[in-house]
Amino acid sequence: MRTIGPVLAVTAALLALWYAAVIPMNAQWAQDQARRAGQDLSFSALVADTMSQQRPRLPAPHQVAQELWNSTVVEEMTGRRGFMNTGTLSNRSLVYHGWVTLSATLLGFAIGSVLGIALAVGIVHNRAMDASVMPWAIASQTIPILAIAPMIIVVLNAVGITGLVPKAIISTYLSFFPVVVGMVKGLRAPDQMQLDLMKTYNASGGQVFQKLRWPSAMPYLFASLKVAIAAALVGAIVAELPTGAVAGLGARLLSGSYYGQTVQIWAALIAAAILAASMVAIISALQRLTLRRMGMTA
Amino acid sequence: MRDTVTAPVIAAKDLNLTFQTGDGPVHALKDVTLEIAKGEFVSFIGPSGCGKTTFLRVIADLEQPTSGTIRVNGMSPEAARKARAYGYVFQAAGLYPWRTIAGNVKLPLEIMGYSRADQAARVDKVLELVELSGFQRKFPWQLSGGMQQRASIARALAFDADILLMDEPFGALDEIVRDRLNEQLLDLWARTEKTIGFVTHSIPEAVYLSTKIVVMSPRPGRITDIIDSPLPRERPLEIRDSPEFIDIAHRVREGLRAGHIDD
Repeated sequence: MRTIGPVLAVTAALLALWYAAVIPMNAQWAQDQARRAGQDLSFSALVADTMSQQRPRLPAPHQVAQELWNSTVVEEMTGRRGFMNTGTLSNRSLVYHGWVTLSATLLGFAIGSVLGIALAVGIVHNRAMDASVMPWAIASQTIPILAIAPMIIVVLNAVGITGLVPKAIISTYLSFFPVVVGMVKGLRAPDQMQLDLMKTYNASGGQVFQKLRWPSAMPYLFASLKVAIAAALVGAIVAELPTGAVAGLGARLLSGSYYGQTVQIWAALIAAAILAASMVAIISALQRLTLRRMGMTA
Repeated sequence: MRDTVTAPVIAAKDLNLTFQTGDGPVHALKDVTLEIAKGEFVSFIGPSGCGKTTFLRVIADLEQPTSGTIRVNGMSPEAARKARAYGYVFQAAGLYPWRTIAGNVKLPLEIMGYSRADQAARVDKVLELVELSGFQRKFPWQLSGGMQQRASIARALAFDADILLMDEPFGALDEIVRDRLNEQLLDLWARTEKTIGFVTHSIPEAVYLSTKIVVMSPRPGRITDIIDSPLPRERPLEIRDSPEFIDIAHRVREGLRAGHIDD
């Protein structure tokens, strides 16, 4: 709780900066409008206008907040297609689009984590994998995801796989990497003395893994899972762009940019950020819980 | 005191070990011949690089000799290790931070497949032996360095190995704690009748603890003197002021100096 003060201070500073940027970014349009109407714009009127345009270049924070509120709570509670009226989520609400993206993110994250851990176990225990897997894993991450995502979607579409799975695969593609890197480091964390000790007990490879390597790797695992889940979300959103998907936060970003709905874009971006922050927070909580049970926090 | 009839617990003959390093070969052990009888307390003393730790590690099958023979309990070191013939105490306690003290002592028992009830009984017994009863549920970071090292000794004692190999176990501890632990170790040795191999670079420690002191010197690592201690097994701390004690310490110091002259 001691961190709450600094966090609020930084948030306030960012909001102030944002508001300050809104005025010059949107001033041009406001002045053009005024000139066309043959009016003279006072500074206070100018500021008021830049904060309340329909399609601003840079929407003001309160506009984004309003849009977030309208497209979640208001839409679901009172909208014609909202949850209260139909019993299903409205396709105009960010709750619906957020869930579409989240489900792909979680599936991709789960596959990516398991794959990452499996590869790390292989790399640590198998000399051939140690020499061969890591360069490929690194190479896979140097390809821009924007380039490879459409190809994966199209290829999978051609074999009849659509919907959730292709998006999850792109999430997997981004999220396995931090897990591999972190877990290889974590599984190799025990020093030579610890391994020698295990040898004096004539411990089997499985026992060394279960009793020494795996527990040693826990702090590394959680650190890399935090990176991985954020990457998985990026993957799911990127996967929604190239196909012109009709649902998901990516689709909202895309349609927002088609129709110049900057407020909608920003609302979707903020929703994605909130989603990522919540997922990282959940993993942090799991981390604290696990490490405390292991007696690792002083 | 020594039972000379039974076969030696550890017998090394013409043991050589050469490490290949980037700077050329390093002769860590040269023509080491030594016998250790059951129930002896043998200290290995010498400057760093004299091969004392390497020799201990050869006994434990953690290093492979280049030539020569070594038998542990009449077996090869590998067979002895697989038969879990020895407990090894390293310089650092090396307790798992995620296990309690009891959990740490239990570790070898879990690996060796002791029953749950047996595990608990043994943990209680060895923790009592190192005077750590009541600390079962503490985590390592809640204990002092000396207590951690005692826990690691308990861990090495938990299973029925009749050899205890200790590689500078008290090297990182201060003099006062060390004196206390030395006393406890002698007491523990008397109660358990184990054969102990003990690496140290402290002359008083070696003389105080040992029935046999092996003086080693570096480049190449070799034995320069083997001293059978005339001190009785029962040793109060005051024995360190006796003339016999000072005589042995003197001889050890001479042996160490001799090793350094032909550098």
